[in-house]
Amino acid sequence: MLNVLIVGVGGQGTLLASRVLGAIADISGNDCKLSEVHGMSQRGGSVVTHVRIGNEIGAPLVTEGEVDYILAFEKLEALRWAYYLKKDGIILVNNQEIMPMPVITGMAEYPDSIFSKLAELGKKTVVVEGLELACTAGNSKAVNVVMIGALCALIGIEFNVALEAVRKCVPQKLLAVNEKALELGYNVK
Amino acid sequence: MKRLMLTNEAVARGAYEAGVKVVSSYPGTPSTEITEFISKYDDIYSEWAPNEKVACEVAVGASIAGVRSMCCMKHVGVNVAADPLFTAAYTGVGRGMVLVVADDPAMHSSQNEQDSRFYARSAHVPMLEPSDSQEAKDFVKRAYEISEEYDTPVMLRLTTRIAHSQSVVELKDREEVEDKHFEKNIQKYVMMPQFARKRHVYVEERENKLAKDANTIDLNRVEMRSTKLGIVCAGAVYQYVKEATDASIFKLGLVYPIPLDAIKEFASKVDELMVVEELEPFFENQLKANGIKCSGKALFGKQGEYSTAYIRNKLYGDEIITSQVNVPMRPPVMCAGCPHRGVFYILKKLGIVVSGDIGCYTLGAQAPLSALDACVCMGASIGMAHGFDKAKSIHARKLVAVIGDSTFVHSGITNVINAVYNQGTSTTIILDNSITGMTGHQQNPATGKTLKGEPTNKLDLEALLKAIGVNNVVVVDAYDLKEVERVIKEETAREEVSVIIARRPCVLLTKKYPPAFSINDNCKNCKACLKIGCPAIENIGGKIRINKELCVACGVCKQLCKFSAIEEGSKNA
Repeated sequence: MLNVLIVGVGGQGTLLASRVLGAIADISGNDCKLSEVHGMSQRGGSVVTHVRIGNEIGAPLVTEGEVDYILAFEKLEALRWAYYLKKDGIILVNNQEIMPMPVITGMAEYPDSIFSKLAELGKKTVVVEGLELACTAGNSKAVNVVMIGALCALIGIEFNVALEAVRKCVPQKLLAVNEKALELGYNVK
Repeated sequence: MKRLMLTNEAVARGAYEAGVKVVSSYPGTPSTEITEFISKYDDIYSEWAPNEKVACEVAVGASIAGVRSMCCMKHVGVNVAADPLFTAAYTGVGRGMVLVVADDPAMHSSQNEQDSRFYARSAHVPMLEPSDSQEAKDFVKRAYEISEEYDTPVMLRLTTRIAHSQSVVELKDREEVEDKHFEKNIQKYVMMPQFARKRHVYVEERENKLAKDANTIDLNRVEMRSTKLGIVCAGAVYQYVKEATDASIFKLGLVYPIPLDAIKEFASKVDELMVVEELEPFFENQLKANGIKCSGKALFGKQGEYSTAYIRNKLYGDEIITSQVNVPMRPPVMCAGCPHRGVFYILKKLGIVVSGDIGCYTLGAQAPLSALDACVCMGASIGMAHGFDKAKSIHARKLVAVIGDSTFVHSGITNVINAVYNQGTSTTIILDNSITGMTGHQQNPATGKTLKGEPTNKLDLEALLKAIGVNNVVVVDAYDLKEVERVIKEETAREEVSVIIARRPCVLLTKKYPPAFSINDNCKNCKACLKIGCPAIENIGGKIRINKELCVACGVCKQLCKFSAIEEGSKNA
């Protein structure tokens, strides 16, 4: 059983990322459940999608403390959801900060040194320059596919399988950018 | 063929496979995607209706006309559709009719947490509730069989966690269902007292028969495991219970009427019987009323969603892991460039009392705009403003209602008619962003496009307002703050009903934007630009910055800056 949490800010494309993982499960002949968030939370709010891949899946939600990998598209969101990670799980974090409204209005401060905070919590963290790589691929919105690429490499999914999954989920006209984004993410060490 | 499918898509697929021919719905999270997926099937006529009442009536009509029909809505939509539903329960159907309702425990995207199972009981119609995508598709097909066998509309209930989760579904072919020839049958289809009295007798007989048949129906099942504890549950909760416990399970697929005899027998095989159900004690109270000893709500409570960890915690005292760090909240916000933002800024600046409504613009209640003063349900803003007006309690302050274009068409029009008819003085601002925004861009009668995106007759809001007697209809560009302010001052001063249409398409409808704005050295850090709560304007270490990834160059912030510190981006940058 593989439990993944994809977290980020509404609009960053967590839905597409979870669907690519779903397609990977499908290609590899596994059962899969995804739980998504639509509607109000999409509007710049904190979003989380649950992905479960395995033999026979029951609940669509992963239980706190049982997540193998957290794919965080934003640093603060990595910290917010880190408690879902199991003891030897790994957080992949896109090195990007998006200010939430309470920070913009001065009601709260954006935490500094998030990576060392994660380390203090005992969370194994892999930092990915997702935004930079997405821009290299040709579109800043391709952060999600860069991150999926990085995850696939980490858990040993063959590049061709990941590529096939991306092709199933991404509209034709955005394919070239996303294939490049996947490759750049996959080759992150 | 098997495929991973969103449950809402599986419901659409079920409708397709069941030979459904007419679908009418109003969008509402978490039900919206069902009808969007249905629109992709050319064999099904599908449409967005202006509201759930109309959608339900269209489905009732199509069913009586002799084809299988469906209407889909969120839980609060059933409040709107309840009128036709309750009497369609009397007329019964021609061909099968299914009303799909998606409840929202935990209120991910809703204003209340009502439990629509009570509608099935009050209207005396059966209700089915699936626990994954495959079941959702299967249950839709069974719902049509039940609808035709028992001559009744059938409700299919989803909850957010089921509607918006994906699991594997096996696809089948479409079953071609022959149209039923419509025959005049006044006693069955004309519900006036003399005929309705007879139909009410039928409704009672039908419900009794269903309650009896529920004991053997293929929609419910028993999974015997440990006999120390037996749990009655349905839907998403079934999945959590199965994972969290080793208890024996009575899984309900038909959640109304419930199989009392079968549950009695199940209870006799276990040491203790519990009911685990989100929201209200719907099953539990029925079991108790029928002398079946059980417990549930006292332990699990009525609030929000359950989960595997929550059930383990309640049953076994297992700890629920929570976050040990404090991080700033990230509430949903209006998008950068949202045309509603400037209007709310002006309303707040003028100290106007704002009666709000349901849509993206409800987010105008969030800091720093904090502009809304009340929000209850779809269309309510205008009626409530008229109430404020007649209460005369706030005459020292000006008052407006704000409502989106789709919501205005849904149920705002009659409120304006009421205000005009009863000589009110309220001002309504229609925030016309030319789309149904919050649910993810659905067409509506004012957009001039159908569900399938094809051009159609466009509702002319100005002409409509004039026709219902509004003498003062002013259209203003929502990005032009000066003009917005002038018009609001002018219209709220009037001693008669007025409507301002603040028009500007949703910023997400465009994909290409001018280059992002930036802050220059003139910035005095006065923070005036932060008052509009734009997510693209950041205050980093006391220094204001515009986030180029988010800015769409709407130009609203530039109008607030007294030091000319915000400048347009250059095309060559």
